[in-house]
Amino acid sequence: MTMIDRPWIGIGRIEDIPQLGARRIEAGYMTIGLFRTAGDEVFAIEDKCPHKGGPLSQGIVHDGCVTCPLHNMVISLTTGETQGPDEGTVRTFRTRIQDGEIQLSGEDLAAAANAVRAA
Amino acid sequence: MQKLVVIGAGMASGRVLETLFETDPSAYEVTLFNAEPRGNYNRIMLSPVLSGEKSFEEIVTHDDAWYAGNHVTCRFGEKVVSIDRERKIVTGKNGELAYDKLIIATGSSPFIVPVEGRDLPGVIAYRDLDDTNTMIEVSGDREARAIVIGGGLLGLEAAAGLRLRGMEVTVLHLSGHLMERQLDEAAGFLLRKDLEKRGIEVMTKASTQKILGTDKVEGVELADGTVLKADLVVMAVGIRPSVEIAKQAGLAVNRAIAVNAQMQTSDPDIYAVGECVEYNGTLFGLVAPLYEQAKVLAKSLLGENDAFVVKELSTKLKVTGCDLFSAGDFAEGEIREDVVLRDPALGIYKRLVIENDRLIGAVMYGDTSDSNWFFDLIRDKTPIAEMRDTLIFGPAYQGGSPLDPMAAVAALPDDAEICGCNGVCKVKITGAITAKGLTSLDEVRAHTKASSSCGTCTGLVEQLMSLTLGDAFDPNAVKPMCGCTALSHDDVRRLIKAKELKSIPEVQQELQWSTPNGCAKCRPALNYYLVADWPDEYADDYQSRFINERVHANIQKDGTYSVVPRMWGGVTSSKELRAIADVVDKFEIPTVKVTGGQRIDMLGIRKEDLPAVWADLGQAGFVSGQAYAKGLRTVKTCVGTDWCRFGTQDSTGLGIRIEKFMWGSWTPAKLKMAVSGCPRNCAEATCKDIGIICVDSGFDIHFAGAAGLDIKGTEILGHVDTDDEVLEHVVALAQMYREQGHYLERIYKWAKRIGLDEIRRQIMKDHAARRAYYERFVFSQKFAQIDPWSERVSGKDKHEFQPMAELEFAQAAE
Ligand code: SRM
Ligand SMILES: Cc1cc2nc3c(=O)[nH]c(=O)nc-3n(C[C@H](O)[C@H](O)[C@H](O)COP(=O)(O)OP(=O)(O)OC[C@H]3O[C@@H](n4cnc5c(N)ncnc54)[C@H](O)[C@@H]3O)c2cc1C
Ligand code: SF4
Ligand code: FES
Repeated sequence: MTMIDRPWIGIGRIEDIPQLGARRIEAGYMTIGLFRTAGDEVFAIEDKCPHKGGPLSQGIVHDGCVTCPLHNMVISLTTGETQGPDEGTVRTFRTRIQDGEIQLSGEDLAAAANAVRAA
Repeated sequence: MQKLVVIGAGMASGRVLETLFETDPSAYEVTLFNAEPRGNYNRIMLSPVLSGEKSFEEIVTHDDAWYAGNHVTCRFGEKVVSIDRERKIVTGKNGELAYDKLIIATGSSPFIVPVEGRDLPGVIAYRDLDDTNTMIEVSGDREARAIVIGGGLLGLEAAAGLRLRGMEVTVLHLSGHLMERQLDEAAGFLLRKDLEKRGIEVMTKASTQKILGTDKVEGVELADGTVLKADLVVMAVGIRPSVEIAKQAGLAVNRAIAVNAQMQTSDPDIYAVGECVEYNGTLFGLVAPLYEQAKVLAKSLLGENDAFVVKELSTKLKVTGCDLFSAGDFAEGEIREDVVLRDPALGIYKRLVIENDRLIGAVMYGDTSDSNWFFDLIRDKTPIAEMRDTLIFGPAYQGGSPLDPMAAVAALPDDAEICGCNGVCKVKITGAITAKGLTSLDEVRAHTKASSSCGTCTGLVEQLMSLTLGDAFDPNAVKPMCGCTALSHDDVRRLIKAKELKSIPEVQQELQWSTPNGCAKCRPALNYYLVADWPDEYADDYQSRFINERVHANIQKDGTYSVVPRMWGGVTSSKELRAIADVVDKFEIPTVKVTGGQRIDMLGIRKEDLPAVWADLGQAGFVSGQAYAKGLRTVKTCVGTDWCRFGTQDSTGLGIRIEKFMWGSWTPAKLKMAVSGCPRNCAEATCKDIGIICVDSGFDIHFAGAAGLDIKGTEILGHVDTDDEVLEHVVALAQMYREQGHYLERIYKWAKRIGLDEIRRQIMKDHAARRAYYERFVFSQKFAQIDPWSERVSGKDKHEFQPMAELEFAQAAE
């Protein structure tokens, strides 16, 4: 397995995501939800609720969390963990913003891809 | 640390562990075996799960976190097969384990009537979650029929649950009347009548001879030769203590495992608790005594001394709407006297059995509010000579003038039992409220366990809270909108108007929201209030809408969407149907279904395809049916004077007119209407939010019906003469509701809160008020009647429907 040479992958601009909203990225092996908070932070997590696989990118974004559109589980965008009494975690991906461009961690993408392939 | 092994994670052992960990969490290292593949749950609440009133998650008593927090090693799904007392080892499916102390808490297993066919698939008992799930599954089939064998507590709860799930249900009962162990004949008759009213068929003196079927159950044959069809047979004829492993291990076992008052078996290192034990010749089948046993057993484990005593028990049936209570002994006897009170109109029956100046038995049907008081008289053997004449009227009539219910609760002695399931007496509740500063029902449940099992004592617990806390506790207290604010929906609506707040951040700022951007509960509510109050000025906050309203389609369980175009009044044409057929073919839409709202649903459309689907539908003249909206959904109609030989008015035309006038409007919750052409009511107008029944002399306007989570016939708003008047009245009513309703509150709930008379006064009598409502609605429609689909076809919110980026697999994984 070779290391990827581009550790950060550009995927679009911050204006592409509405504030307190989300967009999807199709990565082939999985869908990733990209969320923008009121404070213009951007988070990337797997677009699949630990409960019954609901598309988290379609949920309501609030306070660093998203509420799943199917049965209202609340998931932290920073840790990927479910809040309150529910249990479960989704995969998170590191992001950074360079001159308005959102970049995803290539390392995290590769790790996720390899995990999917291994499974 | 000593090793404690527990066999069976049921209600009894669960309570032992709770008491043990509360008193001394470090005394034992605990391993818990359970044959069921899950931990302890509130088994007695399986019936609400069956009927759909509760989810399984809501009845879990100990979740994974609880076991982890108390360091319990869980071996769930593993049955213990033997106990070796010499080596002090138990053997499970996955291997052996040594113990210092052992608890057997294996409960009981259902008794299966030994008839031919009992092993066929579809014949089940009613004991655990798996049985419950099987019943729910079968009930999902259309026209499936169930037969419940056994008309006792369990059987009737199963029957009621299955009936609520829509099955045809027959109860077969061997004896002459239902619940003969708990009820006398008269009460049994009332119960039977109540069940029949719910559509449950009851056959008494019915003896099952044979279960019929080849690969699965197909029917039941009775001793008299009657054959009944069945897709499901539930046996609820009794239970047998599970004692096999105790017997094999050579412990003393009679009908169940013999224990002493410390819950010790014949082996001093082995304890037993729950339905699998026998004490002094008594067996147990209700949770109250098991919880007593559990407390004693926990103490024994910690070397403290306590003794279990058998107490009088009472029974309640947990079928919503059938209030039934029985306690003590009510067989007739020579020196026994009966006092009976009947009110056939109200369906009330009460019977007291008195022997030697003491109450020894009580049966109540229809009104069980005083049951705890009677139960205390039985248990405490209180002399009753002085109140003999008025006894049956309950505590309110004792000692002079009638007391109000609150005073009756206040008058209860400190040791009066409030929660029968958990054996919690009055002083324990009031004491905990004062000592721990409890202010909510949930807190009282958590600290005292009162009202946390079957819930029938909730009212009493609330009354005790009011007594102890005074005005500080109000069971109907206005609840805050959500965790982000202390304000109620009413307060927020009022302040939005008073302070002229016109955006969500403004509301949150001015009204001191405790979170930076609210939550998924308050944001959609605020957005609606602002849309309704400032139709011209407020810019809809798209990110505060639930996904369906954001993309104008209904999200499905697999993340695809459904699309429901409007079919005005349920009327369509060959052109429309052809356009739908073409769209279905072009986009390979997997399911096309006629909805309950007289129109067509296309299900399973990919989000990316939505704009293109709408574009094609738009070409054919369709607009969004708003099947996703907290807004106007459907106006169902019947064929009326156009075709029907009974039609009195043009119901179809009127329905279409109303739908065309009101579509696009947002409302607190969804709004569904119907117009029927005559009182035969084929459009089902009398269970709608607003319904119109055409009559010869004009139109009856109905409102506040419900046919979803609740079922309720409509109320009459009033009669008008012309269809113009119908429109004005209906629109004004809808506007009044739009201005006052709480978010997600349907019209019937709003009307209950506001009062029917007040609504009739404003809409029917106060012409100026009606006109003003009407005009405000018309004004707001100017900004609402824009077809969201065509807007999106022309590019609005384009980002919603396309992924932001597509990464190559190779780009990510190398
Ligand atoms: C499609 C349809 C079932 C069907 O195949 O016939 C349907 C489908 C759904 N109903 Fe319904 N209801 C449908 C007619 C009804 C009816 C009958 C009627 O309208 O005459 C009722 C009873 C009347 C009523 O509204 O009370 C009904 C009472 C409900 C309820 C209970 C509402 C309540 O307050 O009691 C819900 C749950 C909710 O709204 O919270 C619900 C929720 C739903 C949802 C939106 C569930 C959800 O949140 O995803 C379903 C969406 C599936 C979809 O994507 O299409 N549906 N639903 C019907 C669409 C009618 C239409 O043309 O728009
Ligand atoms: C539908 C329903 C409604 C009810 N309603 C009421 C009510 O309203 N009021 C009331 O007071 N009571 C009610 N009951 C009765 C009440 O639930 C029981 O009395 C109570 O659950 C018994 O507790 P237990 O711990 O003895 O047994 P259980 O709760 O049955 O627990 C025993 C556990 O041990 C497990 N087990 C058995 N053998 C083994 C083995 N060899 N190895 C490992 N595990 C084993 C079983 O799988 C089971 O999970 C109801 C029961 C049912 C089924
Ligand atoms: S369509 Fe309605 S009744 Fe059917 S499963 Fe969905 S919500 Fe329930
Ligand atoms: S799938 Fe997310 S809460 Fe159910």
